[in-house]
Amino acid sequence: MTRRVTNQLPALVVFALGLVAWEWVFSPLAGKFLLPKPSAIATAFWHNRQLLSDAGWFTFKEALGGFVFGSAGGIVVAIVLARWRKVGEAVMPYAIAVNAIPIIAFAPITNAWFGPLNPHSKWAIAGILCFFPVLVNTLRGLTSVRPESIELMSSYAASQFEVFRRVRIPSALPFIFTGLKVGTVLAMIGAIVGDYFGGSTRALGVQIENSISLFDFPFGWAAIVVASAFGIVFYLAVGAAERLSVRGVPSTGD
Amino acid sequence: MSVVELKNVTKTFARGNTIALQGIDLAIEAGEFVSLIGPSGCGKSTLLRTIGDLIQPTSGTIVVNGKPAQQARRDRDYGIVFQDPVLYDWRTVAKNIALPLEMLGWDRTRRAKRVQEMTELVELTGFEGHHPYQLSGGMQQRVSIARALSFSPALLLMDEPFGALDEMTRERLNTELLQIWQETGSTIVFVTHSIAEAVFLSTRVVVMSARPGRIAELIEVDLKQPRTQETREDPRYFELVTAVREALARGGADKITEEALVAGDET
Amino acid sequence: MRPLLRRAALLVVVLAALWGIWEGWHWIGTQFKLTWPFTVDDVTMPHLHRIVQALFQPAQVNGPWLLTILWHASLFTAKESIVGLAIGGVVGFAIAVVLSQSRLVERGFIPYIVASQTIPLLAIAPMVVIGLGTKGVTDWVSVAILAAYLTFFPVTINALRGLQSADPRAVELMHSYAASRWRILWKLRVPASLPYFFSAFRIAAPLSIVGAIISEPAASIQGGLGGAIVNFNQYYSIEPQELWATNLIAALLGITFFSAVVIAERAVVRRAPENVA
Repeated sequence: MTRRVTNQLPALVVFALGLVAWEWVFSPLAGKFLLPKPSAIATAFWHNRQLLSDAGWFTFKEALGGFVFGSAGGIVVAIVLARWRKVGEAVMPYAIAVNAIPIIAFAPITNAWFGPLNPHSKWAIAGILCFFPVLVNTLRGLTSVRPESIELMSSYAASQFEVFRRVRIPSALPFIFTGLKVGTVLAMIGAIVGDYFGGSTRALGVQIENSISLFDFPFGWAAIVVASAFGIVFYLAVGAAERLSVRGVPSTGD
Repeated sequence: MSVVELKNVTKTFARGNTIALQGIDLAIEAGEFVSLIGPSGCGKSTLLRTIGDLIQPTSGTIVVNGKPAQQARRDRDYGIVFQDPVLYDWRTVAKNIALPLEMLGWDRTRRAKRVQEMTELVELTGFEGHHPYQLSGGMQQRVSIARALSFSPALLLMDEPFGALDEMTRERLNTELLQIWQETGSTIVFVTHSIAEAVFLSTRVVVMSARPGRIAELIEVDLKQPRTQETREDPRYFELVTAVREALARGGADKITEEALVAGDET
Repeated sequence: MRPLLRRAALLVVVLAALWGIWEGWHWIGTQFKLTWPFTVDDVTMPHLHRIVQALFQPAQVNGPWLLTILWHASLFTAKESIVGLAIGGVVGFAIAVVLSQSRLVERGFIPYIVASQTIPLLAIAPMVVIGLGTKGVTDWVSVAILAAYLTFFPVTINALRGLQSADPRAVELMHSYAASRWRILWKLRVPASLPYFFSAFRIAAPLSIVGAIISEPAASIQGGLGGAIVNFNQYYSIEPQELWATNLIAALLGITFFSAVVIAERAVVRRAPENVA
């Protein structure tokens, strides 16, 4: 326990120093448009705490829906491509190419598909954003098993199903979680950008947009902090799930 | 009855048209401890893998326990130990040992009992709950051996299992392996680079030569059982070491080795 | 030449298959009046040939072809992205060098560097553009800076891994020469990190385009692809193919950036094979 505290001490010190520097150095230097003082942001948050946390929760649910479907799809397709390697090898370059596409630009189109007020429109864009990194990472994990591991299973006359269940999937887990962690951040971005191109007034993205058009920057920053907080908790939750399920493997750190 | 019978086994790899094995004839009796030794690139690992049906020969027949190799593999007649222990990091020692038992459909209590016997056999009692990365290289390899023996396979195939270990650990594990071999009465095919190891362990040494890989000589090792540290000082032991060394030289080992080192081992 | 021909053939087959799936789904959707997962019609899924046709027609009466407009928009966005990539690369590398100097500093800052990426760029974009505007920074440079906010991250993470990848024995060797920290950094750690830059830029290059496209609308910039997306989004219910065509061009720009990094990597790696990670 004490080791965990000392491990996190540097980060806490940086946090405290950062806040102080922001309040009394950066903010006065940058001007209140660019960087309102943390105290002003905190005040704005406190006055709107109910509204902001509701909006954050609303947008988080949009992101979560997309994350679940996008990641599940990515994992399933990766398993199929790993099982039929010839197809996988043929498809892989295209998956990588699609990864290089600014998919976020399709947010207005998913809004047009489902209607901007339908949460499925945000699920769709968040899900598509998650899909590819999860697919690429999972496939890499499933196929980078050491050949001896497969030979061992082969010496037990194991079926393909057993090879996947006992070797490929467990050894791909760290890779899958790397993809999922990237996915959490992308899902939040997808939901917020989707909101920007039209969404419920209860959504965080819409709140941010409105506050900015009213030049209420402390409120805007408070909303950004809420979005970021939901993103961080989402990321940490997946990280915690990783530690629970990837037992026995010394943390590789990434 | 022979446990393993190879008749005129040839293996060519399509890439580069290399002949890895040519005209291999070999019979291994039940309870034998046979070592395959030869320079890098002589195909000894390939030979081991063809016996285990991990690689299929280009021509020739392989009969194991009176069945084709593939059938023997399906009947789980093989236990395999690689140079790398190939343990699964996400499983504990006990669960790594139990892996083949799970695949054979043993129930939990039967598995637990066998795991206990196996950890005793390889002297790892007390480490059942550890994960592989918490163990030393020698201990990891013992887990790997326990796993290979857990389901009492008719044939144990070992591919340079102690190659990555330091000399002292290696000698200790050599002695332990011989004890296990005598207790279980299993048949072992053992690939090694080390002349001393081959002579100390085996009842018979198969000396191979490279390009193409074939059997150069068979040397009977008539050292008395059980073998102990004193065996390593027996004059007969030195004679046999010399005999294997000369057989390797006749097979062109010294000429080949450097070339093979440049080209890289086929395994 | 043969494998190239085969790959080209494969590309044609894949594109034809995608076209078939798209049109097939369109046909099934309209034929059976599918409403799940979404209603299929000529607005939600315009015919692919109409999307391609739209490129070769004027977007406005007597105006230039849509392709011409999008070509200029792509150049504009590419300019922002390249500048953003350069800023992100330099800043990201500088941060990595600082962090690599001490475990304590690394542990103190890494959580916030990761957290920085959870801040929605779209949200901070307007404030940054307005704020930098009051300091006299041109809008498109502000967008480049916002793109750099996305691109510095993979550069920092990969460069840090690269700087720490130097062979510890080589470091000990340098220590035995009583080499200074800076010498070890420049003679050993920086060269060791170079191969990691390519993996960073393979991620960062497409990200810089994402950054530019997201930031342009927030900055009310009309000239780039982001502006074009906002613009054509308003006419989506009448001319859906124009937004689709814009996204098609954006996709091509992303793939072009990615390919440029891969080609650069191949060129460099061929000259220095010992540097391959």
